[in-house]
Amino acid sequence: MIPVAFDYVRPSTVDEAVAALVAGGEDAKVMVGGQSLMPVLRLRLGAPSLIVDCSRIDEMIGIREEGDSIVIGAGTTHHAVMNNDLVKRYVTLLAQATATVADPQIRHRGTMGGSLAHADPAGDLPAVAAALDATFTIAGPGGRRTVAASDFFVDYFTTAVGDDEVLASVSFPKREGWGSHYEKFNRTAQAWAIVGVAAAVRMEGGRIAEARIGLTNVGTTPIRARSVEAALVGAADAAAIAAASESAADGTAPTTDIHADAEYRSHLTRVLTKRAVQKAAGM
Amino acid sequence: MHISVTVDGTAYQADVEPRTLLVHWLREGIGKVGTVVGCDTSNCGSCTVLLDGRSVKSCSVLAVQADGSSVTTIQGLSDGNEWHPVQTAFKECHGLQCGYCTPGMVMSTVDLLSENPNPTEAEIREGLEGNLCRCTGYHNIVKSVALAADLMGGSTK
Ligand SMILES: Cc1cc2nc3c(=O)[nH]c(=O)nc-3n(C[C@H](O)[C@H](O)[C@H](O)COP(=O)(O)OP(=O)(O)OC[C@H]3O[C@@H](n4cnc5c(N)ncnc54)[C@H](O)[C@@H]3O)c2cc1C
Ligand code: FES
Ligand code: FES
Repeated sequence: MIPVAFDYVRPSTVDEAVAALVAGGEDAKVMVGGQSLMPVLRLRLGAPSLIVDCSRIDEMIGIREEGDSIVIGAGTTHHAVMNNDLVKRYVTLLAQATATVADPQIRHRGTMGGSLAHADPAGDLPAVAAALDATFTIAGPGGRRTVAASDFFVDYFTTAVGDDEVLASVSFPKREGWGSHYEKFNRTAQAWAIVGVAAAVRMEGGRIAEARIGLTNVGTTPIRARSVEAALVGAADAAAIAAASESAADGTAPTTDIHADAEYRSHLTRVLTKRAVQKAAGM
Repeated sequence: MHISVTVDGTAYQADVEPRTLLVHWLREGIGKVGTVVGCDTSNCGSCTVLLDGRSVKSCSVLAVQADGSSVTTIQGLSDGNEWHPVQTAFKECHGLQCGYCTPGMVMSTVDLLSENPNPTEAEIREGLEGNLCRCTGYHNIVKSVALAADLMGGSTK
């Protein structure tokens, strides 16, 4: 279908984008990759009066090292993120999870910031941002502010980014030498996660010294499996990881839909956590 | 809005409504009807073109977003009467049945081989995951891609 008519602006700075959003009011909408928004417009599930295209704002594109962090412009495409050497080395889990997002064409247009701002519970990147304690830089009429991952994801498709704000960049602490793996369970290629588990572990002398685990699609927001993270400390073999993963579904609130019921999602959460951590730890 | 886009080597100037999808402008604006629309959900990939050298679903890009860019459609692949090796390979291996998905499959293959000239069978299947064939002729499509890699100088593992 053809979208409902809208006005279109293509600002070249973040400040211009914010000004356009303020002027456009409630019906203005940011578009970057458009890979989530275009289907919505085409199916007329949404009809914004103004599209603010932020895909050509230099400041929002690119990946750089800043002290102990890797800072990624929100408008950097999935394709650029997963192939970037800094990301592969210091934020390996993000590169791994991004490679499972959608398909090549969508990864050429879709952006990391778009996935995070869209906050689809089935999206793969929110769990990674939660597990790695990413920090979000949001620009609005009052200037810039930073928000921790634990405060960024508010609800189903809802984040800390306000209607007149733009997600400018996301910063990930460097974690070199960690083992990591994103375990995604889906029915077919190109499909969304029924459940996904993002795991990163720091090993010391053959044992897990620290673990970070984020869960995809078992609640309205990504969930940290904190009890598993604590139980994994000291684990030195596959059996210990399996035992620690038993509590992975605690504190989750999975839904029932056409793909899986809640009980099955809980089962998957335990099994996939075990697999993800075993692969991350190489056990 | 006014746009300047180079399509298959020719520079075009046009005035389009912002809501015009790139695929609609290509088909209805400048007659590039080789690029087709197969779905409304960004899933099928039959509308795939190269935008500044990378495969994209032209139903999921606005024409205004292509302003200043270069687009290659299936109609721009051949060199005069000389087919592109990917086109030759699809013909040789019978990589099409009804042919509806073919323009998208071919364009995705061109992108895949530009990034990975030597794909394994698994990499071919992964690389084409954004393209659906309603006739389910995947087996011969995979063979076509492997042959195309050979024709283009890579050799499939
Ligand atoms: C067929 C298909 C399969 C897919 N499969 C997966 C999958 O397996 N896993 C997965 O994670 N995703 C998947 N996606 C979604 C894809 O990853 C999108 O690229 C991504 O979710 C959105 O990024 P975008 O840049 O395209 O955002 P857009 O579509 O441009 O925007 C999406 C939303 O986020 C807002 N937004 C975007 N960027 C910003 C910003 N910088 N500041 C403020 N607001 C912003 C927009 O206003 C809009 O509401 C799939 C999409 C399709 C069409
Ligand atoms: S028409 Fe189906 S993905 Fe574009
Ligand atoms: S050949 Fe018919 S859809 Fe692929």
